[in-house]
Amino acid sequence: MKADVVIIGGGVIGASIARELSRFNINIILLEKEDDVAMGTSKGNSGIIHAGYNADFKTLKGQLNIKSNSRFDKLCRDLKVRFKRIGSLVAGFNEEDLKKLRELKENGEKNGIKNLEIIKGHKLFELEPNLNPQAKYALYAPSAGIIFPYKFTIALADNAVINGVKVLLETEAQDIRIKEKQVCGILTSRGLIETRVIINAAGLYADEIAKTAGDSFKISPLKGEYHLFDKQWGNLVNHIIFPIPTKLSKGILVTPTVHNNLLIGPNSCRVKEKDDLATTRAGTQEVYEGARKLIPHLPHQDLINSFAGLRADIEGREDFVIEASKKVRGFINVVGIESPGLSSAPAIGEMVSNILKEVVQKISPRLELNYRDDFVETLPEQPRFADYLDRTDEWQEIVKKDADYGEIICRCEKVSKGEILRAIHQPVPARSLDAIKRRVRAGMGRCQGGFCSPKVLKILSEELKISPLKITKKGIGSEILKTETKEMIKETGVKFKDEAKV
Amino acid sequence: MKLKYDLVIIGGGPAGLAVALEARRNTVKDILLLERDKYLGGILPQCIHNGFGLQYFKEELTGPEYAERFITKLNDNQIDVKTKTMVIKVTSDKRIIAINRNDGLLHIQAKAVVLAMGCREKTREAIAIPGNRPAGIFTAGTAQRYINIEGYIPGREVVVLGSGDIGMIMARRMTLEGARVKAVLEIMPFSTGLIRNRVQCLDDFNIPLKFNHTITRIEGERRVKRVTVARVDKNLQAIPGTEEEISCDTILLSVGLIPENELTGESGIKLDPITRGPIVNENRETEIEGIFACGNVLHVHDLADFVTEEGKIVGRAIGEYLKRNRKFRSQPIKIVPGENIAYVVPQHIDFIIPDRKKIKIFMRVKKPVEKVKINLLDDKGKLLGSYKKRIVTPGEMVSVYLPEILLDDKLKNIIISIKKD
Repeated sequence: MKADVVIIGGGVIGASIARELSRFNINIILLEKEDDVAMGTSKGNSGIIHAGYNADFKTLKGQLNIKSNSRFDKLCRDLKVRFKRIGSLVAGFNEEDLKKLRELKENGEKNGIKNLEIIKGHKLFELEPNLNPQAKYALYAPSAGIIFPYKFTIALADNAVINGVKVLLETEAQDIRIKEKQVCGILTSRGLIETRVIINAAGLYADEIAKTAGDSFKISPLKGEYHLFDKQWGNLVNHIIFPIPTKLSKGILVTPTVHNNLLIGPNSCRVKEKDDLATTRAGTQEVYEGARKLIPHLPHQDLINSFAGLRADIEGREDFVIEASKKVRGFINVVGIESPGLSSAPAIGEMVSNILKEVVQKISPRLELNYRDDFVETLPEQPRFADYLDRTDEWQEIVKKDADYGEIICRCEKVSKGEILRAIHQPVPARSLDAIKRRVRAGMGRCQGGFCSPKVLKILSEELKISPLKITKKGIGSEILKTETKEMIKETGVKFKDEAKV
Repeated sequence: MKLKYDLVIIGGGPAGLAVALEARRNTVKDILLLERDKYLGGILPQCIHNGFGLQYFKEELTGPEYAERFITKLNDNQIDVKTKTMVIKVTSDKRIIAINRNDGLLHIQAKAVVLAMGCREKTREAIAIPGNRPAGIFTAGTAQRYINIEGYIPGREVVVLGSGDIGMIMARRMTLEGARVKAVLEIMPFSTGLIRNRVQCLDDFNIPLKFNHTITRIEGERRVKRVTVARVDKNLQAIPGTEEEISCDTILLSVGLIPENELTGESGIKLDPITRGPIVNENRETEIEGIFACGNVLHVHDLADFVTEEGKIVGRAIGEYLKRNRKFRSQPIKIVPGENIAYVVPQHIDFIIPDRKKIKIFMRVKKPVEKVKINLLDDKGKLLGSYKKRIVTPGEMVSVYLPEILLDDKLKNIIISIKKD
């Protein structure tokens, strides 16, 4: 196999880079070791597009966040991803907090944010009636927003595929082939790909990939736990509510999601393993305590999910690393993209595109970067029944054309069979239960797939023409079913009580 | 498509089926039964074990057989049925919006509506068990569907959390399929399911039932590898030092059922915070006149037989409602849960009871007690009635008939308490 550019990692960063580079008339392959894109940090995060007042204006974090923020409206319109610019509040409780809020405001203004405001007294509670009554001040940033984070990643990748990018799922990057200090190929779990440019967007594993090119970073994951409540509770808050940030993180926040669930988290806990996504009792307590400081009454009884995500924190470094390798030509590192990574993704894609323009000058033979004239900016509308509940006449027309849109599979989130089939056949296809869930929300509701997962599994099996035994939750090794009935008993037998006595 | 019916029943499980037939018997004319699945019977078709019908038919049936007894009568009674039809909205003026493949969206105007949507199982997420999120964690009912309907076994080595009836039945079912059920863990000091299930499903197969135990951690990145279990103290908190690891590839959860009242809530009907079902009168009528609820959507029942009985109450009541053949009391009587009572259904009595018909009150106790008296008191503490029971337990619903004192028009509250005899 051959490619002009290989991108390692199908997270929001890899996908954003892939889409940006697909503007050029070159062959691009994106490698993802899991069975879907958005399987790492891109699925376990707060789903916030930050205003950009946190990071210092001299850093990449500060600059790229600001540069990206204003782009999300058009980008999400083009890609049909839910994004709501609901604004954020950083809540302060005393004079010392107020001082910090003023510092944040000042830094934000240096970054170029114009509409930051410090809010006091009753106005605070007009904006947030359920806020802790002891709160006195808040930094209000109207430009902060909430997004459907994995759908955003999937949409970027879908759009990249429409523009010619090849996405190889369940394909792990194993080793980089270098000849005379220049990239000449990459060995993957599915064989060798010849290429002169490799972009390392491997998230938590970016240090291990960088090492194969001789660049040394140490990624030390920071785990954050979250709790998600039923969608009847999204209106408990109107904005993203943060505590005063610490050096380590922006703190445990309370926010509605774009689907009107309520989300609390994350804490921040250094962990050893890059696959340690276990939630813990201590973490749960910490998150609840943190969130209660902002919103004292949380709807415990309507908790529907808990999960954790890992931040790809580079040990001993505060900022993102986005640069061409100094050791190997044709190798670009995009490493340490922790928060505000999601918020910076569009500008990171552009920055990498600019770096690539320089890199291609130095490799031989040179790679010509010509813009393609048939670049497709948008994704087609993907109607969801849940959005048409007040416009049933319009949905009637959709059902008339395709009866699959009249068969509801997921009762909690009101997802039709037509939507599930679409997810299975979209540019980056869904092949597992979780991949369906991330695309169309079947199984994302209060019963957590209790009712719909057997039905979704059946649809997957029929559409992919594979046995139900091969259908997974999230890729190889996570198969749902073990054997057909009457098969296991042949191997194991049954022991009845009386037999045991005999 | 626009339709008009006297009665629309949402849900074709045991509750909806019983309402349909009983309403017809009570001369209700145009009846439509809406079911979201492709077959009628609700959860009964996947309950292939026996034990159904002992109360209602006085004979032992399997779930599918029990459902069949009702389903076969629908045709003869000219009851319209639409399967694979999902109701998405019920309004307070009894308009229903539903959707299916063939009709697309249906707009139906009903004179009376019955909510019979049943319940759903509590998930691992709802009880926040720490650990990983691999494949291999199922609610017992989902595992039951995979095995009995789809024909596939979802695990080889199983730990069951919760001693609810479905959990115990699935422990036996998995064992009969050759899987190894290593333990059933119950956080409470008593079983939350029926005693007969404990004997027939666990004891007979040497499956250990550990009281005061819970899962404190789930391990396994892609598939469940093991669980950590621990003994809990009186406050249901894990006791450090009592942890033990059990290797398994599957966890089945039977930790409670939640009435599925999203449609109810969205239509503006008030829910009881304890039952999580609508607040109803003796006809199982919600606070919106003409909208009724019965079966597990109202409160979680132990037996399908009891659901059938409740459906019949509603079927009869709809006949009276449509004929406008009922008289309100000058003031409703509130039934108030007292000592050791978690909830009561119905929550109030609204009508003057014709023909001295007896009214049964259903309740669930908080704690198991042996040799008790169930006392019914009025506001002033005057004893209105008293019933002896050998044993009460949260796993088994308790019911008593209201005494004839109900004819007293001044009675405001009846407080029900359970005390050691």
